[in-house]
Amino acid sequence: MTKEHANWSPYDNNGGSCVAIAGADYCVVAADTRMSTGYNVLTRDYSKICKLADKAVLASSGFQADIKALQKHLAARHLIYQHQHNKQMSCPAVAQLLSNTLYYKRFFPYYAFNVLSGLDSEGKGCVFTYDAVGSYERVGYSAQGSGSTLIMPFLDNQLKSPSPLLLPAQDAVTPLSESEAIDLVKTVFASATERDIYTGDRLEVVVLNADGIRREYMELRKD
Amino acid sequence: MFRNQYDTDVTTWSPAGRLFQVEYAMEAVKQGSAAIGLRSRSHVVLACVNKANNELSSHQKKIFKVDDHIGVAIAGLTADGRVLSRYMRSECINYSFTYEAPLPVGRLVVQLADKAQVCTQRSWKRPYGVGLLVAGLDESGAHLYYNCPSGNYFEYQAFAIGSRSQAAKTYLERKFETFVDSSRDDLVKHALIAIRETLQGETLKSSICTIAVVGVGEAFHILDQETVQQMINAFEIVAEDEPPAADPGTSAGEGGATAEGGAPAEEGAAPMEI
Repeated sequence: MTKEHANWSPYDNNGGSCVAIAGADYCVVAADTRMSTGYNVLTRDYSKICKLADKAVLASSGFQADIKALQKHLAARHLIYQHQHNKQMSCPAVAQLLSNTLYYKRFFPYYAFNVLSGLDSEGKGCVFTYDAVGSYERVGYSAQGSGSTLIMPFLDNQLKSPSPLLLPAQDAVTPLSESEAIDLVKTVFASATERDIYTGDRLEVVVLNADGIRREYMELRKD
Repeated sequence: MFRNQYDTDVTTWSPAGRLFQVEYAMEAVKQGSAAIGLRSRSHVVLACVNKANNELSSHQKKIFKVDDHIGVAIAGLTADGRVLSRYMRSECINYSFTYEAPLPVGRLVVQLADKAQVCTQRSWKRPYGVGLLVAGLDESGAHLYYNCPSGNYFEYQAFAIGSRSQAAKTYLERKFETFVDSSRDDLVKHALIAIRETLQGETLKSSICTIAVVGVGEAFHILDQETVQQMINAFEIVAEDEPPAADPGTSAGEGGATAEGGAPAEEGAAPMEI
């Protein structure tokens, strides 16, 4: 009476972690650059971060083939938007588009765990966190991917003030400065690398603020 | 051109072997306001006259960006032009999605021509009433094409379409041999002078014309009004006089009948035969 199961799966998990933190006038996105399959490393140099618009950056962990297809799809939609509206999409607009795109494949999902971040129309940092089928929420910070269970509780501890037991949860746009947020992200990844075998090699940090977009790298443990 | 019994249907041939509906569509292009294109080895410039119907309304958009490396200027039924631009944009996006490379201009132009041809062979359709000057850059260099409602297309060194375009064509025929090695700014200057030729005495100012440029290292974009006005002032093109002596490479030779594909139709010959 046991059901017959497929001997082939269309999905694979390439591992890795993504984090984003929203500030008053900046946004920090970070992801490791390790791409793996099973217990093997495919490459130590793969970026999980993709700029979709001037003020919207997508970091995705999961099945990178699906993620690549998702990024190309969103880039094409953004071109159409620019032709029609003569301007770039805002981050909240990209957020809704991403949600709709993910739900469109509700019954054969993109195996992608996304964190979209950027600056909203007022210049404040914003972070949107998603599940694989498009359910999303604007938050002050988020982590996705293989190290998310290690990272998220630590971010809650550092950023969710006053007490996480109090309701309603307060707006978590962090009072941290940009450099403090970058340091926090680097610390968080150094720790996640220690215990999550799929996270490591190198950390890519992207910072969005009024001056534009900037990128930094930091070496991580390679074991 | 006079009405006759063979011009009701696009699918009816005349005894002389002409499709009058298609020719009438080309007439619509001649009625539209002027659009001009010219190219060098590395750049292509599009220019057009923007005449608003009255002072209260905005002017028609006649130049469209299709992709970073392709743009188009239209003359004729601008609504048809808008629809075709949307098609061209869609084709460029789909091609670069599949091949991660920009769509070669020659390919796009053929697809556009085939689309126009379909409308000349279906009884329930009508030809597009718009002529398109397609300017683009690809691996094989800078290109300027003219797409006709008939489904024909030609590549040009320089061309002008729309009302009073003959005046611009005459100027371009005189100067086109210098275009290949012209600098980008000289190319824009020639475009402005050609536009001025179509204005027949009216003062050239940036509010009545639009200029767009695409070139090596320069994505297709429409120049803003201030830049255009500065160039008009710098080249002192306002008056109907000859261009200033600073004009480099003024060709002593006559352009004349050697203009690529610019030969006018003889009486009675169908324009599509050119």
